[in-house]
Amino acid sequence: MADLQFGDARPDGEEIKIVDSFVRKTAVVREGERVIRGGITRRHEQRHLLLPGLHLLQNSQGWISPGGLNYLAEVLQVPPAEAYGVATFYDLFVTEKPSTPGPQHHICVDAACAMAGSADLLSKIQETGQRVHKSPCLGQCERAPAMFIQEIGAPDRVPADADDLFHPQRGDSSLRLLRRFGVADPVSIDSYLSNGGYDALALALNIGSEAVLSALEASGLSGRGGAAFPTGTKWRAVSEENSSSKHVVANADESEPGTFKDRLIMENDPFAVIEAMTIAGVTTGSERGWIYIRGEYPLATHRLNHAIEHARASGYLGSKIAGSDYSFDIEVRRGAGAYICGEETALFNSIEGQRGEPRNKPPFPTTSGLFGEPTVINNPETLINVLEILNNGVDAYRSVGTDQSPGTKLFCLSGHIRFPGLYEVPFGVSLGELLQIAGGVVGDLQAILMGGAAGRFVGPENLDLPLTLEDAAANETTLGSGALMVFSHEVDMLEVTRRLAQFFRDESCGQCVPCRIGTVRQHEVLLQIGAKGPDQTQRELLDDISAVMGDASICGLGHTAASAIQSALDLGLLPSGAS
Amino acid sequence: MFGAGGGTSSYAEVEDTDFVLLWGSNARTAHPIYFHHVLKGLSKGAKMFVVDPRRTASAKFADLWLGIDVGTDISLANAMSREIIAANLHNKEFIEHATSGFDAFAAHVDEYTLERAAATTGVNANAIRELAHEYATAPTAQILWTLGITEHHNGVENVLSLCNLALLTGHVGRWGSGLVPLRGQNNVQGGGDMGALPNKLPGFQDVADNSARAKFESVYGGPINPEPGLHLTLMFEAMTRGELTALYIIGENPADSEADVDHTRKLLAELDILVVQDIFLTRTAQLADVVLPATVGWAESEGTVTSSERRVQRVRAAVKAPGDCRHDYEIIGELAQRMGAKWTAKTPEELWNELRSLSSMHAGMSYDRLEAEGGLQWPCPNIDHPGTPYLHGWLWEDDLGGHVPAPFSITRYEGPKEQLTDDYPLRLTTGRALDSYNTGVQSSGYESPIRSGSHLEISEVDALNLNLVDGERVLVSSPRGRVEMHIKIEPDQVTGLTFSTFHFPELVDLNLLTNNEWDPLSGTAEFKAASIRVDKLPIGTSRG
Repeated sequence: MADLQFGDARPDGEEIKIVDSFVRKTAVVREGERVIRGGITRRHEQRHLLLPGLHLLQNSQGWISPGGLNYLAEVLQVPPAEAYGVATFYDLFVTEKPSTPGPQHHICVDAACAMAGSADLLSKIQETGQRVHKSPCLGQCERAPAMFIQEIGAPDRVPADADDLFHPQRGDSSLRLLRRFGVADPVSIDSYLSNGGYDALALALNIGSEAVLSALEASGLSGRGGAAFPTGTKWRAVSEENSSSKHVVANADESEPGTFKDRLIMENDPFAVIEAMTIAGVTTGSERGWIYIRGEYPLATHRLNHAIEHARASGYLGSKIAGSDYSFDIEVRRGAGAYICGEETALFNSIEGQRGEPRNKPPFPTTSGLFGEPTVINNPETLINVLEILNNGVDAYRSVGTDQSPGTKLFCLSGHIRFPGLYEVPFGVSLGELLQIAGGVVGDLQAILMGGAAGRFVGPENLDLPLTLEDAAANETTLGSGALMVFSHEVDMLEVTRRLAQFFRDESCGQCVPCRIGTVRQHEVLLQIGAKGPDQTQRELLDDISAVMGDASICGLGHTAASAIQSALDLGLLPSGAS
Repeated sequence: MFGAGGGTSSYAEVEDTDFVLLWGSNARTAHPIYFHHVLKGLSKGAKMFVVDPRRTASAKFADLWLGIDVGTDISLANAMSREIIAANLHNKEFIEHATSGFDAFAAHVDEYTLERAAATTGVNANAIRELAHEYATAPTAQILWTLGITEHHNGVENVLSLCNLALLTGHVGRWGSGLVPLRGQNNVQGGGDMGALPNKLPGFQDVADNSARAKFESVYGGPINPEPGLHLTLMFEAMTRGELTALYIIGENPADSEADVDHTRKLLAELDILVVQDIFLTRTAQLADVVLPATVGWAESEGTVTSSERRVQRVRAAVKAPGDCRHDYEIIGELAQRMGAKWTAKTPEELWNELRSLSSMHAGMSYDRLEAEGGLQWPCPNIDHPGTPYLHGWLWEDDLGGHVPAPFSITRYEGPKEQLTDDYPLRLTTGRALDSYNTGVQSSGYESPIRSGSHLEISEVDALNLNLVDGERVLVSSPRGRVEMHIKIEPDQVTGLTFSTFHFPELVDLNLLTNNEWDPLSGTAEFKAASIRVDKLPIGTSRG
């Protein structure tokens, strides 16, 4: 807790206007010359407005000036050094005046986009004299190469959003999670209602909290973000917490390279996410919902905000939802370009207006989550599974998939595959079968990266692998977030691993030493490896770094920062034999 | 009012309390270490209200700041008492059990309505009501104060009016509730405990008490004068009358620190003999006939210090003192010997054990225990006693532990002695900066990146009315003297109030201005309330 010492930088009129229009309840209130209300509680209550405030300044000015930052910090009573620490944490915020006021083009340079020629796109825009920024994965791998644009005074935008939805499984009657894709109008609550919308909420209100929790537990639903924690257990833990304030958070900070499922869910079935969150609210006794969505998803953000407005207008959000005694409402918060904020505790810190650095666990979110209060946090894919379980019953839900991995799973296919896109298949379909569903590999299959940058490579010999949690674990790989990136023999895997290493080097939050130093050293070693591949010392060094990061990092980023690279080495995807 | 002078509470208690009332204290700046304990309490959810004429660094952490007019503390405290009684929020069971004089007190404060307090303090009635209700209804609450309460002509009455609030609500004698005067130096508490008071022997034993005196006489080997001595302010009055002609000053710099300091310097210069024992050649030492160079208490000396929470702790010499410097106890011991005393205790530990044999509240504190237990809080009457984290737990005991009930005090609002006039229309109050200490004897030898010198802090409105710009050098006058200094316009400063530190007497001799009206009970001068005027310097005379 610090004294507030503000520097001399003054805001201009526009910055004052922007901040004043946004912060309605200031942290300090003057009640005459001799009475001033303030205090730490009010400071804490206001702090969560820092991130949205920074977004507004960035958007209106094209950067966050010292004067604007100072003013925002003063209004919110945040120590300016901390505000600066937050502003500089995120990729989408600029704290030095840009050379030109023109739009900033973020172009993805991660694997799927690199294969699709993002380098060419980048140089083409650069040649026109416009600003470009090499970005990590933008979550548009099915339509690579991806671009995201920031422009002063205009909404952030993704040019590809103008295109129609590509839905490779359109018309497939066995779809569950994706059944409304391209069928229901995502901007119409009436269309949602006439396609089964809000049936699950009505049922949940009817059968009560305990029955919902029992159904979830019986369904075997587990988290789809990669950790596969049982959802029913999580919800029950929060419902049993005795706290006057609890939260439901949708973790829509989908940033795992190769993953775009949650974006498509939010763009094409936004009401489903909101309905499932509302069920989580009434079931666990939480009245506040938050959707933390990554900043590079403007269309999904727009659709969610639109849906929330309409749900509220129709009585599905707010007080006495759907005629019940429950209250629940949702706020959308945009991230600003930080992979680490997908880690649940880093996400809480980000919403709270702190740097997005993960916390130590325990305490776990179920007891001490957002604002230190009990919190349910799930990603959109997990959430919409709840609707299926309630609408169709546990038995129907479990009728596909395996005993330990019931139901269906969304997979994001990208890279050298005929029809990149989002696919829903029952757990247990083999890797090879899924590739066939997606039109087959383009070229000669070299490897598949499962689970994104934090996942592991598998080779062609694994095509029989059944896609279930248990089979993945038994084969020392992971389904992770459901990302499957396909590489043909055209691809130089050394380059791919170097880019992965650079990704983690850039995205490490720097809080803990093993990850901060390990990700840098790992990248350096991969840069040193020549055409002959790693010599014995280099291999040992990579193994050591992997072990230390895995054992001693605070969060999952450090734990998995070496896993894909280690698997590439183990599979012989990198040149080897040097001595 | 409850007996021996000491803070009632442990530092750790403010971390556990529900409500902090910081009154006349800028602890963030003046007691930064203690304030860390406060901040821990706030982080754990405690509320803090701050009563201070200035919106200080501490006040910026407050849930509510009440910027009362200087010297109107009793008006506010009595109005709070009245409101607590009127709203039926007083702790009737506690009052019945542990206090006396409630009915007279309630009748007395009845005239101190919220409206009247609002008129005298300048703070609106709603804020006063909110403060009264929050304090009274908090499960535990502490009142912390410092010189903003005591450096007034009626400082003791100010303290008593705060004690009334604690008695009214039962916020005393329990963990997390109490009355906490913060001490300015690491060993102010120890000085008083060791008898550096004109009417007390060590352990707060009265010099008029024959049996107590006899006990000390047998150990000290000579008679002790049963008459109380003089406190500082009375000494200067005795000097003025020519009755006091010889002075021995240990570690005090009155030639810079006294209010109306010009007068003080004249008195010191006219003494027959002035002996000064100090670690620096202060302005006072420069006036002395004999200077006795002493070792620094913190790094060069062995012994004990006692903190504001009554914790006696060991200190040890870490470096050897330079030159001919000697320990205070050696100098005093040698002087005593020259005067014929036969003191047997020679080492700090022997002196300490002698004290333990004379002062029962220290009896249980052996050097071994002080070392092993990280200090002990008095009273600690025997070797098995754990020490006392907070005082006055007896208030809650069935039989009051044999004590008489604690009395309410009748305190009357008077306001500062020096009222504002047309000639001197601005209020001057004084205080401290984070990186400086009092007259700068111990701090001005070091550089600090945040030191900004002594400015006269003034409100925007007053600066505008006087046609002054930020940083302008001005003439500041009080009925006693005048100094030139630079102004600093403070956005949060209340109109009519000015403020300055007095850390740099060589540059700005601020205590030329301050008022030496003093409290007859404590001997403390009214540093906190002088009236001044501010004038532009004639063109061409400003030294920039």
